[in-house]
Amino acid sequence: MTNDIRAQGADKPALIVGVLLLVVAFLVGYDAAQQTIVATYGLGPTAMPYVVACGLVILGFSHFVVAFRGGLPKPEAADGKALLWIAAGLVCLIGCIALGGGFVIAIALLFACTARGMGRRAFAVDLAIGFVLGLAIFLAFAKLLTLILPSGPLERLFL
Amino acid sequence: MDTLLSLLHGFTVAFEPAKLLFCLIGVFLGTAVGVLPGIGPALTVALLLPVTFKLDPGGSLIMFAGIYYGGMYGGSTTAILLNAPGESASLATALEGSKMAKAGRGGPALATSAIGSFVAGLIATIGLAFLAPWLVEVAVKFGPWDYFALMIVAFVTVSATFGDSPLRGLTSLFLGIALGLIGIDKLTGQARLTFGVPELLNGVEVTTLAVGLFAVGEAFYVASKRFRDPEEIIPIKGSLWMTKEDWKRSWAPWLRGTAFGFPIGALPAGGAEVPTFLSYSTEKKLCKYPGEFGKGAIEGVAGPEAANNASAAGTLVPLLTLGLPTSATAAIMLAGFQQYGLNPGPLLFAEKPDLVWGLIASLFIANVMLVILNLPLVGLWVRLLAIPQPWLYAGILVFATMGTLAVNGSPVELTMLFAFGFIGYLMRRYDYPVAPMVVGLILGPMAEAQLRRALQISLGDPMILLENPISATLLGIAFIALVAPFVMKGLNRFKASED
Repeated sequence: MTNDIRAQGADKPALIVGVLLLVVAFLVGYDAAQQTIVATYGLGPTAMPYVVACGLVILGFSHFVVAFRGGLPKPEAADGKALLWIAAGLVCLIGCIALGGGFVIAIALLFACTARGMGRRAFAVDLAIGFVLGLAIFLAFAKLLTLILPSGPLERLFL
Repeated sequence: MDTLLSLLHGFTVAFEPAKLLFCLIGVFLGTAVGVLPGIGPALTVALLLPVTFKLDPGGSLIMFAGIYYGGMYGGSTTAILLNAPGESASLATALEGSKMAKAGRGGPALATSAIGSFVAGLIATIGLAFLAPWLVEVAVKFGPWDYFALMIVAFVTVSATFGDSPLRGLTSLFLGIALGLIGIDKLTGQARLTFGVPELLNGVEVTTLAVGLFAVGEAFYVASKRFRDPEEIIPIKGSLWMTKEDWKRSWAPWLRGTAFGFPIGALPAGGAEVPTFLSYSTEKKLCKYPGEFGKGAIEGVAGPEAANNASAAGTLVPLLTLGLPTSATAAIMLAGFQQYGLNPGPLLFAEKPDLVWGLIASLFIANVMLVILNLPLVGLWVRLLAIPQPWLYAGILVFATMGTLAVNGSPVELTMLFAFGFIGYLMRRYDYPVAPMVVGLILGPMAEAQLRRALQISLGDPMILLENPISATLLGIAFIALVAPFVMKGLNRFKASED
């Protein structure tokens, strides 16, 4: 399938993947080189990282070869706005948890942003749905499973 | 005889009312989540793992078995009614199943897949019960070199032989192994690749990676192309039940599917894709009405579904006896075991026979519950499919983050989930398989530990891997499996017959 599509010149995604693989290989190898503990006999903790780094280097260069021979499968155009909305939802969630805002508000934001990204246009309604959903999950975990999800001021009202 | 006694004992464990209730909840939740589009059994288990977190190991494992089978069943429902297989193992089911549903025979398609799964699951679980103790005896004699060689076989078969491109499979695998290096080295206490972040010292959680790659990645992917292929639910028309004719055409494919699924699933090379497609093409050849294939032949649903379920039970053989996961689902189940502080392998059979046999017995029970629960409730599951897509995926993301928050709610862990989700999206976009990455993360550290143990015993002589007949043979198999796809490049096995 992919063989029929012969791109002119190099396939950019394949080149980027190749470069990224080399970067990861470098990180793994560099970290191994920095280590101080060495095994007295047998293999030390650095052997496996070097093997993995070598493998990644080979795979990286193979991607360069692939880049000039057809490249990676060509994807359809992506809807960047939708991706951004979902990413924003996840960032809100992480921020809310990190700042102690609690589970319910974090989930409400995530729910509303994702729904917006998937094409809904009723942000306030979705926020309310997410809020109720988050509260239900929080209470179910707290009461039935005795597992307390991250709590903010709001959650403490119910505990 | 021993096996029968142990199994009987297992049933006494599993028949406690509380355990039955756990099993029922598991089956119900598993089906409910598994039925959501884009969510296969692996993800179902990963998402629901935290729910079992606080139960005692016996109860949670039994609930787990229910979730597993429920997820499998839910996946085939989606494959048939939405033509959206949650994982490659239900691709074959979707081929004929969705055609049957379009022709107004969705009911019988669901019924044959449920009853076929039941028959296959039953036979394969019996196979598991009898094969496992025997394999445990063999496995006790395994040295670290043999385990290492086995893991290499699993690496190669999971990444290189399946999927469209061995290069992309291997890339995914190696990135998984690289992730597995993160954290404290268990043999020396050396911190690796942690870059001074204390949260990374414990390594990357398998569930975080799996949920990120599968669930968050899928949400990104669907969102990115939401205008292009709206999925349509095919309503179930007509009778739910199979006619006499349907039964007559289904029973043989069920049995043949089981015969393909269980042995292949039980191999360390494993996987469910091969047996399902083998079953599909066999039924196509043997079918008395070849013209119906491609238009909704019931054999094409019955066979692959049975093969899928039988191979799922088959993958439990290496998982329970050797601690070797050969599919993404098995890898996540292994993570589940480890969460309860259990290490599957020959020792588990000796140390915790109650648990192991209780689990095997509850596989039987879960199977029975599924058939009873699912055929009448199919209307409810279909309604789940009708949830508007924005809410559906928002809900999936809520579930995904909920799991991470329940286990370890640190912002670092959430950021990792987000990052893995985006990587999962890019991998989907450029057609990299995600399962090898999960397998690499879980098997990488295990393979390293076994290799180092082997070399400590041999005082650093690597020839020990080739001097032992078992490990030498296994490494030979792995080598052939790795090289073969590159040698026979034109031979793209299933694509040709499928398209």
